[in-house]
Amino acid sequence: MVLESGTAQNQEHGHFDDRRMEVIMGRLLQVGVLLASVVMIAGGLLYMHAHSGETPNYRVFSSEPQRLRHFSGVLAGIETGDPAALIQLAVMLLIATPVARVVFALIAFLIEKDKLFVVISAIVLAVLLYGFLRPQ
Amino acid sequence: MTLSIFTGLLFFGSLTAGLLGALTGLGGGVVLVPLLTVFFHVDIRYAIGVSLISVIATSSGAAAAYVREGFSSVRIGMFLEVATTLGAIVGAYLATVVHTQALAIIFGLVLIYSAVVSWQQRKEAGQEVKGHSRWSDKLELSGSYPGRDGQPCKYEVENIPGGFSLMFVAGTLSGLLGIGSGAVKVLAMDRVMKVPFKVSTTTSNFMIGVTAAASAGIYLHRGLVAPGLAFPVMLGVLSGSLIGARYLVRARTAVLRSVFTLVVLALGVEMIVSGVTKWF
Repeated sequence: MVLESGTAQNQEHGHFDDRRMEVIMGRLLQVGVLLASVVMIAGGLLYMHAHSGETPNYRVFSSEPQRLRHFSGVLAGIETGDPAALIQLAVMLLIATPVARVVFALIAFLIEKDKLFVVISAIVLAVLLYGFLRPQ
Repeated sequence: MTLSIFTGLLFFGSLTAGLLGALTGLGGGVVLVPLLTVFFHVDIRYAIGVSLISVIATSSGAAAAYVREGFSSVRIGMFLEVATTLGAIVGAYLATVVHTQALAIIFGLVLIYSAVVSWQQRKEAGQEVKGHSRWSDKLELSGSYPGRDGQPCKYEVENIPGGFSLMFVAGTLSGLLGIGSGAVKVLAMDRVMKVPFKVSTTTSNFMIGVTAAASAGIYLHRGLVAPGLAFPVMLGVLSGSLIGARYLVRARTAVLRSVFTLVVLALGVEMIVSGVTKWF
């Protein structure tokens, strides 16, 4: 729906303008945060239920188990009904939200045929993907 | 303390951090990390991990409101995000080699600096754009924003290498300390590159999310994002900042800001003192 109004603007001005791009990107970010929040609330409530009565201690540092650090492990955890895995999925959705924004900007610059900014967006995307997907 | 009480307290603590972060324009992370370490005795590495997540939520959650104002520049943002994301990756690596007490001390110094910047912002007035920068047009960074009378105000950017370098520093601080470093980003755009203040602050908001996302993945891979903390803290900071952003429009914030700037100063001193005493 949002994309359709973008096309309408397209015909009107003959190009895909920046203002239009920003409005859609703002909406994209909102949807991402909303989605992550819903998953976070569900996972959090289940987590509270599963661990009720325990005394949390984050004073001493011990890193989170390996299975909760990677996408495949988190998906496996959700299948076995681990609430912590659901929370980590929400975290991953949240991290993916700004990444999606950059992907969208890249596509929009492609439509605008703005080579310079296609390259700039691609560099930012590459750095983000490095941080997100890098093995260890 | 049982889990439900701990979670409840964390939620309201984070809500306060988000609220104060929005009221001062410093962002949630700057208040959140000291809150978690000083009051909840959370290890600073966990605090930084969960703060990064909250920073992404706050930045993205506020995006639509900022877009509506029509000030933000997607081009300036994207261009400078090359510097901030690279800096964020470097910061996330630095975090593994820096002593945790040193992290606390660096954080304290950034807090004090942020408090000072927040204080100065109150006296800031608009500035005139002067001179002509060739690179501003070449890099397509010149733009315009809606002025008071409805006419678009045109602007150019100056000192691009200086702003770019400072953005790298902002990114490094973000990846190292888990904050948005909005104060440094606005400094780079507003003061160094002479981007109009409104354009700087709104563009900075978008950049904060992208910058934090670059290092958040690394923190997640390292097991530094604890689910038990992420749940109350992310939702708390997000709610607080959304309430703060709405309230900010109507509230007379001068007094609040002054009070809060003192709170930030005190937290900064506390982090430095406790970092020094525990280290030696």
